[in-house]
Amino acid sequence: MISRRWAVAAVAAGALLATGACGSGFDENKSTQQSSGPASLQIMIASSGDAETTAVKDAAAMWAKSSGNTANVIPAQDIVQQLGQGLAGSNPPDVFYVDAARFADYASVGALEPYAQTMAGADAFVPGLKQSFTYKDQLYCVPKDSSTLALEINTDLWSKAGLTDADIPTTWDQLTSVAQKIKAKGITPMAIGDTRDRIGAFLVQAGGWWTSPDGTKATADTPQNEQALAYVQSLLKNGLAKYPKALDAGWAGEAFGKGKVAMTMEGNWIRGAMSTDFPNIKYTVKELPAGPKGKGTLSFTQCWGIAAKSKFKTQAQQFVQAMTTADQQLSFAKAFGVMPSRQDAQATYEQQNPDDAPFVEGAKYGQGPVNAPKMDSVLADLDAGLQGLQTGDPKAILQRFDKNAKTALGG
Amino acid sequence: MSAKGIRGNERTAGWIFVAPALIILGLFFVLPILMALWVSLTGWNGQGSPFTSRVPFVGLHNYTALFATDDLARQDFMTSIRNNAYYVLLVVPLQTVLALGLALVLNNRILKGKSFFRTAFFFPSVTSSVAISVVFLFMFANGGAINALLSAVGINGPQWFSDPRGLIHIALDRVGVHNAPAALADHGVLGLTWWDWLSGPSVAMCAIITLVVWTTSGTFMVMFLAALQNLPIQLDEAGMVDGANAWQRFWRITLPQLRPTMFLVVTLGLIGTWQVFDQIYVMSQGNPAKTTLTPAFLSYRTAFRDFDYGSGAAISFVLFLIIVLFTLLQRWLLRERRGH
Repeated sequence: MISRRWAVAAVAAGALLATGACGSGFDENKSTQQSSGPASLQIMIASSGDAETTAVKDAAAMWAKSSGNTANVIPAQDIVQQLGQGLAGSNPPDVFYVDAARFADYASVGALEPYAQTMAGADAFVPGLKQSFTYKDQLYCVPKDSSTLALEINTDLWSKAGLTDADIPTTWDQLTSVAQKIKAKGITPMAIGDTRDRIGAFLVQAGGWWTSPDGTKATADTPQNEQALAYVQSLLKNGLAKYPKALDAGWAGEAFGKGKVAMTMEGNWIRGAMSTDFPNIKYTVKELPAGPKGKGTLSFTQCWGIAAKSKFKTQAQQFVQAMTTADQQLSFAKAFGVMPSRQDAQATYEQQNPDDAPFVEGAKYGQGPVNAPKMDSVLADLDAGLQGLQTGDPKAILQRFDKNAKTALGG
Repeated sequence: MSAKGIRGNERTAGWIFVAPALIILGLFFVLPILMALWVSLTGWNGQGSPFTSRVPFVGLHNYTALFATDDLARQDFMTSIRNNAYYVLLVVPLQTVLALGLALVLNNRILKGKSFFRTAFFFPSVTSSVAISVVFLFMFANGGAINALLSAVGINGPQWFSDPRGLIHIALDRVGVHNAPAALADHGVLGLTWWDWLSGPSVAMCAIITLVVWTTSGTFMVMFLAALQNLPIQLDEAGMVDGANAWQRFWRITLPQLRPTMFLVVTLGLIGTWQVFDQIYVMSQGNPAKTTLTPAFLSYRTAFRDFDYGSGAAISFVLFLIIVLFTLLQRWLLRERRGH
């Protein structure tokens, strides 16, 4: 019996030893930088489709050829998970897309190299977008493109309701009154997505926001935010706006494309959806109506992140430089319908696509997503609250957010 | 202890024979579990190795936080436990009964085209769960096949994957209880009110339950069928001679003999249902309003989305304990009772 017990102990000890051995195997090798000579860059992208994948691959191949490096573009199925694996294994891709909504999570754990702090030409990017990639006063990465919300109007339904161009709403009051006129004709006036990524625009228009600008404090429970949610609630309660779910649609753009609503508020991605899925709907795009504290919209963006553990940071930065020139941004815009993130490129883009002017204008005052780490579950909880806004208590939703966010932000 | 003798060398030989299995088990099973256990005791944020001195050791904090701190993390965890408990409560009995029923039908001597039905019933089990999940997404879409069928018989089907209402809440609503009674809404345990605990599975969860029952009962049917075909026919015939009817023979003769298989099926069912992940990941990601959040998915989300690998690992170990407890419990319930 004794010897068997010894054998078990030996096996257990062996397993522990192996754990230790593995541990040392995983240990970070002293980051050896290779700043000259040919580099082999791994670039992971969260592609919106074949058009984007092809465009990025082509641009990367061109850069690789002219600079003498190799660049391998990997379109990710689930970039959050694939990056997580790469970072945990100390073997992340050198360059990767970072969504503004996830940026603070990566920056706070030290996964990103703050290369943009010293990058030449970083001033050319839209300040609001740069703010989305700033963590603790450091600009980590440069935005690769931008999207903003605007008001889309179905022109057929608009004239059916007896409205003209002069009726296009520019304030909350006007929005309410045109919505009432549309509703009187038996048409659902508006579809609003039931998430913070749409309803948040009303907060900006009322002069509030979920968190402080530096993302360190939760500031949801304020009179401004309450006013904004109360306004959205009044639209929902009076049948002047509906969530997509109530219109049997997956998102507001689908309800709009099917001609179920006269208005919606979506971003420039609605262009692609309309031309492929609903080519027969005629519509026009305007800036969102202003609230009590002026104009406000939300901006969405991704940046070219460089891994802090990359072996080829110099070459990676050269690659990002090449991907974010004004010309390259404009050719990306043409290839897969995103807006440039550089001010100079945006001006050219606006000239080339005058119909998109409201989206470009929005980029100048757009508010980025909540920029703070460890907020994913708090924001998911907020969305659950906003889904029940029609019958819920706006103040309770805001207070609940503050309570949860305080724990996450540790303040 | 003198182990020497004529069989003295057998022990060494035995160890050598089992060594390959032990090494593989140790390397790919014991070792990862030990490593995960270590991670669950740390505040590792997923950057670099968790086995360096720079990773903060936090002791049992990740575990106590799941039960003792009144915050969102505990609330999410308890919500996921609630959802999964309702899921297990419905899936395990339904799939066991369905599997047994199908096996009994296939075991019937007068059934024609047996192999066709056997294949048909077994087919969902061998198909990829992701593929089936996607097909079910289409079937349960608002304008999908299920709602089309329901509307054909005059029922206005629910918006399956966007309806967060619990079945028990809906039932109470029907009988006139529209708002939570104060006694249930104002008191609670572990971060959820009693009213929340008693919500029942949501409509969205019911769609997933249907899918899982349909896909897994085929596997368990095969197990029951194998057991049924091994039963001695003489006992059944003896029952007939004694004048027992079909129901009595099934209840008193067949079913008791199936006890080991029943134990296997229920155990595998419990383990599988507490670990449900792929259907949730593909179909709902925990939505709507967290009613399809399960511990396995929450563990994944905490680790890979919030970079809180310690908490994520802790959730998976709590899940492991829950599974062990339930398995022990049903082992005790299904034990052979003497003098019966």
